[in-house]
Amino acid sequence: MIQQLVMYEEELAQINHICETLARDSNAKAVLVIDKNGQAMASAGDVHELDITSLSSLTAGNVAATGGIASLLAEKEFAGQFLEGEKISYHVSIIGQRVILVVLFDGRSSLGLVRLRVRKASVELVGVLETMVRKSASGSGQPSVFSEITDDDIDNLFND
Amino acid sequence: MSFINYSSREINCKIVYYGPGLCGKTTNLQYIYNKTNPEAKGKMISLATETERTLFFDFLPLSLGEIRGFKTRFHLYTVPGQVFYDASRKLILKGVDGVVYVGDSQMERMEANIESLENLGSNLQEQGYDLAKLPYVVQYNKRDLPNAIPMAELEEVLNPTKVPSFEAVAPKGIGVFDTLKAVAKLVLTELRKGS
Repeated sequence: MIQQLVMYEEELAQINHICETLARDSNAKAVLVIDKNGQAMASAGDVHELDITSLSSLTAGNVAATGGIASLLAEKEFAGQFLEGEKISYHVSIIGQRVILVVLFDGRSSLGLVRLRVRKASVELVGVLETMVRKSASGSGQPSVFSEITDDDIDNLFND
Repeated sequence: MSFINYSSREINCKIVYYGPGLCGKTTNLQYIYNKTNPEAKGKMISLATETERTLFFDFLPLSLGEIRGFKTRFHLYTVPGQVFYDASRKLILKGVDGVVYVGDSQMERMEANIESLENLGSNLQEQGYDLAKLPYVVQYNKRDLPNAIPMAELEEVLNPTKVPSFEAVAPKGIGVFDTLKAVAKLVLTELRKGS
């Protein structure tokens, strides 16, 4: 059976709040929360010019590749990555082994400040994620939309 | 692993195209990309070598429309087909919701087909999946080539469990959308079962 990760309104609001606080307190350009399979979950900051879908997929691929390298080196995981560009830097950390927190920042911030703020945000995110995973597993919160889907609904999706 | 967002009313699913090197996985995605309305697709990303062989993966995000007010988004991935990229293939299978196995119809690629299919089974198993329980379809590509093996023979060897299968000529688009629709339907049906 396919395991589902379900995001409800309440948890999304909490994650958005954590992202916004992190973006503000770290002077970041943008903050993204991505699930390890490459789906964007939340974002904050100056994101309107970003291709979030592509960034999410590539970041997840990058984290997966790094995880593969870690296991070849008998490391549990490399919990963080930092890529320094001329204008933009990219800080990645894995939260609760489940999601990826990305902070994009420029000269207005520094790696030290980002690391400090990420540490605080990580603790908060872990708490929200635990609730999310528990709710996803138990199916509590709202009735699943899928139980009502008919064959016709699925067929209609493919009627050109 | 599908991701359902009740807040933005979106269902996100991951489909992986698997198969031996040069069987046409990337060509499937390129055709889908070229024939899809701009508003229904995102950017197609190909992490390829200088000779256009897939190095890590191709990625194409696609919106298929709405079901009961939920936007359905499919993320299509290909794996690198060449044997020595096995570590990368394993990574891409993580979190998969549906698999398309693309076989190469040419006689001389039969051994590569079998090897890739076995590799798919063992890599899925390593990730905790069972191919028999996953939404899964088979595509026989390159049906237009003179050295193509008859369908019955391909079916016998590459599709013993008789999942939905499709003949294709990917550069011309023959069978490409039929394959995609079939696997997407199976994924959505599986999601309903799991609800």
